[in-house]
Amino acid sequence: MAPILVVGASLAGLSALDALRTAGHDGEVIVVDAAPELPSDRPPLSKQVLAGTMEPEAAHQPLANRLAELDAEIRFSTSATALDAATRTVTFADGTAITAEGIVLAMGASPRRLPGGELAGVHVVRTLADSLALRRDLTASPNRVAVIGAGFIGAEVAATCRGLGLEVTMIEAAPVPMVRVLPSAIGGFVADVHRDHGVDVRLGVGVSGLLADGDRVRGVELADGSVIDADVVVVGIGVVPSVDWLEGSGVPVGNGITCDETCLAAPGIVAAGDVAEWFNPHFGERMRVEQWEHAIEHGAAAGRRLLAGDDGEPFGSVPWFWSDQYDRKLQMAGRPAADDEVVMLDGTVEERRFVAGFRRGDRCTGVLGVNRPRHAIQARMRLVESLNWAPIRDLFT
Amino acid sequence: MGVDMKVVVNFDLCESNAVCMGIAPEVFEVRDDDFLYILQEEPAEELRGKVEEAARRCPKQAITVED
Repeated sequence: MAPILVVGASLAGLSALDALRTAGHDGEVIVVDAAPELPSDRPPLSKQVLAGTMEPEAAHQPLANRLAELDAEIRFSTSATALDAATRTVTFADGTAITAEGIVLAMGASPRRLPGGELAGVHVVRTLADSLALRRDLTASPNRVAVIGAGFIGAEVAATCRGLGLEVTMIEAAPVPMVRVLPSAIGGFVADVHRDHGVDVRLGVGVSGLLADGDRVRGVELADGSVIDADVVVVGIGVVPSVDWLEGSGVPVGNGITCDETCLAAPGIVAAGDVAEWFNPHFGERMRVEQWEHAIEHGAAAGRRLLAGDDGEPFGSVPWFWSDQYDRKLQMAGRPAADDEVVMLDGTVEERRFVAGFRRGDRCTGVLGVNRPRHAIQARMRLVESLNWAPIRDLFT
Repeated sequence: MGVDMKVVVNFDLCESNAVCMGIAPEVFEVRDDDFLYILQEEPAEELRGKVEEAARRCPKQAITVED
């Protein structure tokens, strides 16, 4: 029997492997990854590892300690270059190929870059090596760090840099931070927290280019003509799903790999994690989620799906993320739209400790807790049961 | 039969994310003081699946299940 091939050895891929073994699959499984070693756990890369409070080797994925018992052949530095979905054959950069019984596509995504991104002092934060390279520049006492983008990476890196006592300017083209995950009406809170901590926050202004002094960055020019002098620049403007190599493969690609509600992209081929868009039946909409716990859950669902033949279960999910910025812990369940109504359920924005519900008609599309872990998780449990607004409201009355 | 499952939380790592409580509320509780309390250190065997899932999904990898 041909092996099952897992492309990508990060959270989603290894969770798929774990699910295959948990379900009793004892056939051969081969896991490949383009990286030279097991990808690290990513959440600490913009926080503890960057701050120097966690040893790099401690930033390992949850399944790293159990890899041996998962009994897979793992091949690093192995880039997949082509797929033929009809025969389930993947070709690699070294010219070899594997024809598989089933394939899990979990390649993740790679950071968007700016022109000038190759200049010394310009960083992205995706891998352990990225984080350590940025840390080296941060420990060399830069005059100012410019953070481009106020999403997860930008906001967390800005907070970490302030914790290191560095001057920080955070630049965001949208009118509020974290626009891709939070309704705009609450995003201003995130900007205020950063201002409270001394970050120079520039919102609603794009970047027109990076300025160089020889081969080293010296600043950022903004679309309004102003210049931020900065000897370190961190670019956190989102990621692009790693799907280039799937062109002509027969696997549908749009916003990442296009899957059905059971994680299936083509017969015998599933996809999970950052790279995969699927129809989430719990929300009744298609989504692609770039979050830590989602990768675990989605990977496991994809692994199980591969063993289910024609009888796959829909994968319904309430996405969940957390983000630590200064002494604030943001936790959100759900998937609100930018223009959803924001209802304060508990606490106030002013005290920086609250629970906010996001509402669209009779539906609760998400709940954000700030330093409210108990309530955030209780709301999440209700959202898993249903997205009705009333039970969420009742939790707080 | 592994009837002697023991739940151990490394409180130096725990950040009260409360993910464990969402998965196994019989065993884990984050209270209004934002601290995690273990309700049962040696939960019944039928909770093993939930407890192991909570350990797997803990963002801080602070939970271990000892036999």
